[in-house]
Amino acid sequence: MNAPVKPQDLKSGATRRELVVGATLVGGALLVGCGPGDILSIGAKKDFGAFGPFIKIAADGAVTVISKHIEFGQGNHAGLAAIVAEELDADWSKVKVEQAAAIANVYANTGMGVQGTGGSSAINNSWTQLRTAGAGARAMFVDAAAAKWSVPAAEISVKDSVVSHTKSGKSAGFGDLLADAAKIVPVKTPALKDPKTFTLIGTDRVRRKDSQAKSDGTARFTQDVHLPNMVVAMVAHAPRFGAKVTSFDATEAKKVAGVVEVYQIPTGVAVVADNTYAAKKGREALKVVWDETKAETRGTDKLQTDYTDWANGKGTLPEKIKWQSFEAKGDATKPTEGQVFEATYDFPFLAHATMEPMNCVAEISGGKAKLTFGSQIPTVDQLNTAKIVGMLPGAVEIETLFAGGSFGRRANFQSDYVTECVHIAKKVGKGRPVKLVWTREDDMTAGYFRPLTHHRVKIVTDKDGYPTSWTHKVVTQSLMKGSPIPSKGIDASTVEGAMGSPYLKATPVVDGQVLMPELGVPVLWWRSVGATHTAFVMEHTIDQLARKAGKDPVAYRLAMYEKAGATRHAAVLKLVAEKAGWTNPAPAGWSRGVAVHESFGSVVAQVAEVKLMDGVPKVGKVYTAVDCGIAIAPDQIAAQMEGGVCYGLSAALFGKVTLKDGAVEQTNFDGYRVLRNSEAPTVETYILPSGDPPTGVGEPGVPPIGPAVANAILAMNGQATNSLPFVRS
Amino acid sequence: MAMTLEVNGKSIAIAADPDTPLLWVLRDEVGLTGPKFGCGIGQCGACTVLVDGSPIRSCSMPISGLAGMKISTIESLGGNHALQLAWVKNDVPQCGYCQSGQLMSAAALLAAKPKPTDADIDAAMDGNICRCGTYQRIRSAIKEAAGMPAAAKV
Repeated sequence: MNAPVKPQDLKSGATRRELVVGATLVGGALLVGCGPGDILSIGAKKDFGAFGPFIKIAADGAVTVISKHIEFGQGNHAGLAAIVAEELDADWSKVKVEQAAAIANVYANTGMGVQGTGGSSAINNSWTQLRTAGAGARAMFVDAAAAKWSVPAAEISVKDSVVSHTKSGKSAGFGDLLADAAKIVPVKTPALKDPKTFTLIGTDRVRRKDSQAKSDGTARFTQDVHLPNMVVAMVAHAPRFGAKVTSFDATEAKKVAGVVEVYQIPTGVAVVADNTYAAKKGREALKVVWDETKAETRGTDKLQTDYTDWANGKGTLPEKIKWQSFEAKGDATKPTEGQVFEATYDFPFLAHATMEPMNCVAEISGGKAKLTFGSQIPTVDQLNTAKIVGMLPGAVEIETLFAGGSFGRRANFQSDYVTECVHIAKKVGKGRPVKLVWTREDDMTAGYFRPLTHHRVKIVTDKDGYPTSWTHKVVTQSLMKGSPIPSKGIDASTVEGAMGSPYLKATPVVDGQVLMPELGVPVLWWRSVGATHTAFVMEHTIDQLARKAGKDPVAYRLAMYEKAGATRHAAVLKLVAEKAGWTNPAPAGWSRGVAVHESFGSVVAQVAEVKLMDGVPKVGKVYTAVDCGIAIAPDQIAAQMEGGVCYGLSAALFGKVTLKDGAVEQTNFDGYRVLRNSEAPTVETYILPSGDPPTGVGEPGVPPIGPAVANAILAMNGQATNSLPFVRS
Repeated sequence: MAMTLEVNGKSIAIAADPDTPLLWVLRDEVGLTGPKFGCGIGQCGACTVLVDGSPIRSCSMPISGLAGMKISTIESLGGNHALQLAWVKNDVPQCGYCQSGQLMSAAALLAAKPKPTDADIDAAMDGNICRCGTYQRIRSAIKEAAGMPAAAKV
């Protein structure tokens, strides 16, 4: 029933990430020379028990839901467990969640084709799968009770893990019926509940299952792994991207008490020690000479100047780099009557800056490879590990732990810090566990940033102030460049949010183009990906157009949504405007700004109340309305909106990574300022009622906050914001 | 070289060098994993523990100066501290990595000011970064644990 993942499965209706992750799968498989499905099933444990790979039921009737998705804050474990518990009619208060092993042919993300978490897809891709699993298990208990009590199955009800037959007065818990239920052959397509009859999904009873462990210090993260005979490794990394080790002198490092050995590995020089502090001191004592002949030495000032020139038709484009169209209709070269609006926008490199710096534990010996860490795309981590240790990917065991945040950082096609740990563990050998610890400085300077990005727009408006022509140029690195098959055409992740925007749908003439230069700086998805910059450009531009037209920004947007048929945008905008009291004056001393953006299948509208204190924006309250389909865990949707606002606001206010001669200048939280408690707004979340399948909430709360703040400042003093962050230090 | 530290009410003989930051002694030698490593320079607060009741960043505090002082980590709160109950009730944590430090800063705050104002909370909690953005729930939970109405700050 669990068919192996085949390359052809990846073709139909594939999304961008699906294709690329699929390609990684195929690429890795080719390397070891047989079909990916087969490879990934080798080493997989198949004894899932009577209720399948997603449900375990103990002798006392306690239900454990197996999550194929990592939990690093998004609250997906709560939502995934609730989907099963709803259909199973399990006692929610006793439901537990366990993390699945890495077994792609069982636990693949149905939207990706490999096992992995990302693109705010955990709930969405699991919705039918877990409802079916829960309903199937419920049917087994019902059938077992019907047979045991000799009553019709249709007369049996289940509530809170208790199976009852009212007429006969018989009832039994899941535990009592376990042996009988386990013998029932599960039906392939059990009847699912009518969502109108849901008693758990959509209620505030759906709460996190990990809050206690995460409040008493017992939640286990990679940093907390301590195994017998384990050593700790730190790596001296190159000061510039692309530099290599010429030579090193470990004499002083080896004199540090506790240092065990020093090894050269592809990414630098690793110091292996008995404990973390010895590894750190050993690394400090190490002398490394770097070969920087192939290193990236450009600074961000130079890059920004180049990007601006290229978007403005000046300067010489790098060899083989061409403008590519992402959206075109009508003839943008034909002169159009009307007022012209032009603007440029600049966005810096951003670090994910997760609270837990990247780390990994690896045990490698002949025939065994085990990784213990917060693996976001286990299949890719298995493939990359397999290449190094010469094993079949399916035989690489991964125990996935909680991770202290990701925001995109751990979904990395190169498995950068993972392979670094594997290389060290291979050198150490004999299956001795190695914990690779990155310091904050390692984490900040390793790259994988949100790319530096430049936008240039030229818009012609009609007599009512609405766009008749929209020319849009984007310069940004491709996120796909480092993938196994770099996209030959448009890398949608660079322009998503501009591409497909309702404002472009409502504009007759559109010419959208993207230029994707190649740099030595590694870049990666950063919570909400392309929307981190496109939402700002679209939403702040629209507000400026509305104000030029003398129209209310909400009314102006609604008129454009009407033209574009963007009914979901209109619905969340109306809801947030109502909740924020948009038609009333803003609270005294505060200015208000609005923004709306669709990402990952969800549409979010936000109204931010802002004032300037010594020129620095202070955000007091943020009203948020979200359409994410049917709401599984309303309180966790609210939590993701609160978190998304803070993450987006932190970047908009302060986030900026700069390079000086190619070297990262911000190495810790002293240089890379992030939002703190006193700077956090109060977020109120309103969920649009919906009967549609659930869509994601991990990322969609991020994009609107930056432009909402910019629009509030625009409303306050007429000043547009043409580069982020707002606060320059 | 050996010294003794008092951690969560127990005297523990420590073999580490005196210049070793308390965090690494707690984690690697004492075996307490509640206090977390985040930045190593006292900027993020994930490593916060109490020394004689005052919150300190253990990542940048050498053990040499801590002889005879009472060190308390998240493990000392016991799991049912009023703050921990409020944290769970409000589902404060997301990724959870910063929360041990957040709770220790909050515990020190409530010990000093049982009914903290918003300004008190700002001052006590600004040293603890949360990248998931759980700040407003942290504020609500502190107020709830203090028996105050959890109204939003103004």
